[in-house]
Amino acid sequence: MRHTISVLVTNEFGVLSRISGLFSGRGYNIESLTVAETLDPHISRMTIVSRGDDKIIEQINKQLNKLVSVIKVHDFTGEEHIERELALIKVSCGARDRAELLSIVDIFRAKVVDVSPKSYTIEITGDNEKISAIVELFKPFGIKEIVRTGKIAMARSPKNRVREP
Amino acid sequence: MKKTGAQIFIECLVKEGVDTVFGFPGGAVLPVYDVLYDAPLRHILVRHEQGAVHMADGYARATGRPGVVIVTSGPGATNTVTGIATAYMDSIPVVVFTGQVPTALIGNDAFQEADIVGITRPCTKHNYLVKDIKDLPRIIKEAFYIATTGRPGPVLVDLPKDVLSASSEYKYPEKAHIESYQPTYKGHPGQIKKAVDAILASKRPVIYAGGGIILSDAANELKTFAVRLGVPVTTTLMGLGGFPGTHPLFMGMLGMHGTYSANMAIMSADCLIAVGARFDDRVTGKIDEFAPYAKIIHVDIDPTSISKNVSVDVPIVGDVKDVLKEMLSELDGRKSAPSYKKGIEEWRKQVKTWGRTHALSYKQDAKGKIKPQYVVEKLFEATKGDAIITTEVGQNQMWAAQFFKYDTPRTFLSSGGLGTMGFGFPAAIGAQIACPSKTVIGIAGDGSLQMNIQELATAVQYKLPVKIAILNNMVLGMVRQWQEFFYEKRYSHTCVSVAPDFVKLAEAYGAIGMRATKVEEVSPVIKAALAVKDRPVIMDFKVDPFEDVYPMVPAGQPLNKMLLV
Repeated sequence: MRHTISVLVTNEFGVLSRISGLFSGRGYNIESLTVAETLDPHISRMTIVSRGDDKIIEQINKQLNKLVSVIKVHDFTGEEHIERELALIKVSCGARDRAELLSIVDIFRAKVVDVSPKSYTIEITGDNEKISAIVELFKPFGIKEIVRTGKIAMARSPKNRVREP
Repeated sequence: MKKTGAQIFIECLVKEGVDTVFGFPGGAVLPVYDVLYDAPLRHILVRHEQGAVHMADGYARATGRPGVVIVTSGPGATNTVTGIATAYMDSIPVVVFTGQVPTALIGNDAFQEADIVGITRPCTKHNYLVKDIKDLPRIIKEAFYIATTGRPGPVLVDLPKDVLSASSEYKYPEKAHIESYQPTYKGHPGQIKKAVDAILASKRPVIYAGGGIILSDAANELKTFAVRLGVPVTTTLMGLGGFPGTHPLFMGMLGMHGTYSANMAIMSADCLIAVGARFDDRVTGKIDEFAPYAKIIHVDIDPTSISKNVSVDVPIVGDVKDVLKEMLSELDGRKSAPSYKKGIEEWRKQVKTWGRTHALSYKQDAKGKIKPQYVVEKLFEATKGDAIITTEVGQNQMWAAQFFKYDTPRTFLSSGGLGTMGFGFPAAIGAQIACPSKTVIGIAGDGSLQMNIQELATAVQYKLPVKIAILNNMVLGMVRQWQEFFYEKRYSHTCVSVAPDFVKLAEAYGAIGMRATKVEEVSPVIKAALAVKDRPVIMDFKVDPFEDVYPMVPAGQPLNKMLLV
C-alpha cells in the first residue's frame, strides 16, 4: 500500500543523504521525495511517498525516528489530508490546436506559463490522478517535455461539529 | 583566553573523563598530536587504524566507558571502517575522531582526502563534520552523549585541519541537549502489567537475554527476576556473562551453535521473555518456526528491534534495567507470584533432563591429538573463570562461548553481529589497558589472528601481558566445516597451512611464544603463560584440524533440527 510520510528534520548538510541512505540500505522503496525549509530555517520538511506492507511501513517509521537528525515522523495514511503535486508540461501546439488546448487548460484550472510559436508550457497542480488525466489528454498533441514534483501533503484541520440543540 | 581547535579538542576530552585514546598520527591531525605531546592523556600508538578501533571497542566492552580513537584523514579514516561497523552491530560506545583536509580543500580530491562522513553514515549511530571551530565543543559533547546513551553505538567526528589550527574562546557545555534525540528508558506501565500477566499465566517460560543486559548493566536485575520466578535462562552470544554461566537455571547459549536444552526449551516454551536481544537470524534459525507455541514479550530500548523479525505479543520499549526493576515491583503486588516458581517445577525438570542427556561434549582423540574444546576447558580451569576472554570469529569463537563459563558481565568480548575476523586480539589489548590487573586471554584461530597480528608490536611496546591462545588447526575452520557439511567436502581455499611459525613470530616481536602439540602439554603451557606479567604471550596449540562445532542448526532450519555430536 502507498503511504505519504512527512518527516521533520534538522536543516543541515548531509541530512538528505541520511534519509535516502536509510531507504536504499534497507531496501525500502521511495516513489517520490520533496524537501524544503519550514518557517523555522533550522528545520526542513521532507515528504516521502513509499510503498510496502504494514510491517515494512512500521519499520520505515521507526527507522526514520531512530535517526538523530529526525525530529518528527508523521504518516498521513488513514486520516483526512490534502495531497498536491505540481507539473510543468511542454506541449506541441500549432495555431490550429490552440483553442482545444486552451479549453483543456481551462477545464483543469491549469495555467499557461510560456508560449512559443510551436509549443505551450502548462503549469498544473493537483493530486496524482488529476495530473495523470491532463497528461493523457495532452498526449495526442505531442508532449515535448514533462517535469513533475514529488507529492506534498498536509493534514486537514478538524471540522467543528455542529451541536444539536 | 583563546585556544586552538586542537587544544580545545584535547581539553574537551579530558573534561569528558577520557583517560586513554587509541590512535595513529598523520598529516591532517598533526595539530592534535602536537597538543598530545604533553597532554594529561594516555595515547596508545597502534600499528593499523583498524586495530585502534577494535582496541577502543574492547576497552568499552570491558568497562562500559566509551572508547576513543584518533586517526588521520584519507586512508587513516577509511581503515577504521571495519572497526566502526563492528561496534555498530554490537551497540558499543566508541567515539572516532578523524582528521580531514582543510575545509577549503574538501571536495577537491586533495591529498589524503576521503569523504569519511559519507562513508560511515550507514555504520555509525551518528556522525559530524566540524566546519566551524565555534561548533567544536558542542559537537564533542553531543558525540559522547549519543555514543553512550539510548542504544549505544559508534559516533564519528571529522576534524578539518584548519578548524584544528584556528583559535577561539570556548566553553565546554555541561549537558548535551538534542531535541530530535530522546531515548525512552522507562517501560510503559500498562505493558509491564500485561507482560507480568502473561508470565504468571504461563507453564513453560523461558528468558532469552541478549547483549542489552550487559550494555545496560542489568545482570543483577536479570538474576533476581529469573531466580524469583524460577525461569530457565538462555543468552545469546552477546549476552554471555549477563547471567551466571554456572547457575543451575542457565541453559547455555541458544541458536545455531546453542545447547540442546536451550534450543529445545525455545521450541517448547509457551512464554518467551526476550530482554535486550534482537532475534538475529543466527539465534532464530527458520524464523516462521521459532518459538511456535510462545507468547512473546520483548523488552528493548530500540523500537526498531521490536517486531522487526518476529511479531511480538507484548512489546516494551525501555532500558532493560529499568524495565526489569519495574517488572519486579509489579510482581510484589501479585498474589500468584510467590507460588509460581513451584508451579513450573515440572518444566524446570524437563529442561534439566535435556541438559543432562545432551550436554555439550566432544570426544578425546585416541592418538593424543589436542582437541580445541579441551584447550578452552583447561583455560577455564587454570583461571577458575576469573579472566576476560576475547575471541576471533569462527570455530574458536563458538568453542570459547560453549566451553568457558562466564559468571560476570564484561568478561566475554566477541564480535557477534558483524563477525569480524581480526577483532579478538586488538580487543584483548584494549581490555588489558582498561583492566591492567585482570587476566586477559584472546582465544584465536590461526586464520583470524593473522588479520591484525601487527598489533603484537603495540602489546609489546606497552608491556601488556595479554595472552593469545591459538587453536591452530591450519584451516579456516568454520568455513571448512560448512564445506564439509554443505559443499561435499570440496575444501575450496580454506587451507591456510602456509603460516608463520607463531613461536618465532612472537619472539621476533619481543613477545613470548609457546607451543603444545600433545594433550599433556596443554596445561603446562597455560600455566607458564599465565605466569608472564610483563609482555604478551602467544600459545600455539596445534589442534585437530577436522574437529567440528556441535550442536549445529543448519542455516534456515528450525532450532530443533540440530546436528548433534
